[in-house]
Amino acid sequence: MNAVSPDLDRRFRDAAADEGLLDAAYDFVDSPVGPLLVATSKRGVCRISYDAEPERELERLAREFGVRVLRSAKPIDAARRELDEYFEGTRREFDLPLDVALVADFNRRVLRELARVPYGEVVTYGELAARSARPRAARAVGMVMNRNPLPIVLPCHRVIGANGKLTGYAGGLERKETLLRLEGAIL
Amino acid sequence: MSLPPFERFYEQHREEIFGFLVRRLGRDRAEDAFQETFLRALRAYPKLRHGEHLRAWAYTIASRIAIDEHRRPRADADLPELESLDGRPAFAQLEHLADQLPPTERTAVVLRYGYDLDYSDIGAALGSNATAARQAASAGIRRLRQKELR
Repeated sequence: MNAVSPDLDRRFRDAAADEGLLDAAYDFVDSPVGPLLVATSKRGVCRISYDAEPERELERLAREFGVRVLRSAKPIDAARRELDEYFEGTRREFDLPLDVALVADFNRRVLRELARVPYGEVVTYGELAARSARPRAARAVGMVMNRNPLPIVLPCHRVIGANGKLTGYAGGLERKETLLRLEGAIL
Repeated sequence: MSLPPFERFYEQHREEIFGFLVRRLGRDRAEDAFQETFLRALRAYPKLRHGEHLRAWAYTIASRIAIDEHRRPRADADLPELESLDGRPAFAQLEHLADQLPPTERTAVVLRYGYDLDYSDIGAALGSNATAARQAASAGIRRLRQKELR
């Protein structure tokens, strides 16, 4: 048989990453909220996607980070391990380097505040807006959450409506509920 | 056509490039050559200006590596060399000469006379068949001759 064996394929993908030739590497991580597409740039984790359509994600990664996009398990090993630990309940904070260089200024400030919301706690959109020095920008904060490139790791699931309702989630409300239940924020 | 993400390029061409290398080098040596081919392609990839003729490009890289691989164990053996009289390998001269040809003819000429590929492999590289490859190579050679006469 003259077919590329899985071992040869993996060796090439590892070598490409080891030699630092990739603009972005990605792979899929299994989780209780479905398979996650996780991508990393040279700077750090740059995308986590639910229900990813690989074709669109690849185009987007190529546009934002460069054409050398390749599926490769090795570069996302650290992210895979931390996500596994999070879903097993043994990790409360992520120590991964993150790449949010492409996120616009205000959005980045909001995401920075978001990163400080502790495990198992929730905050309202208005409160997060206030912490980001834009107290009346609750709606804008909602948009930032909606476009969060790194859900779970940047915990937009911990942001809820002023009335205590879960309100919305880019990955679907069911997932938001699962994550908050895992963290013990809701029963 | 814009340059696709490398993953797409790799997925589309890995099987036929590997098959080609197995035919040229045998299964064992084909594995190293395969890895080297796509690593070299990856290094050069961002410099490509468009996404056309990617298959022919991949074959050209693989052919060059297959030749290097062929040479290695032959270094101390008494076998004919591909070097031409002025010391440059045949493909290096041809690639330069053929630069002005239209892409299909250029690929056909370089792969046939620079790398000694047979027409069925060249047909594969061009995404056509052996007959079309033969025609493209002859057309290219004719065009080069005309240039020379002028």
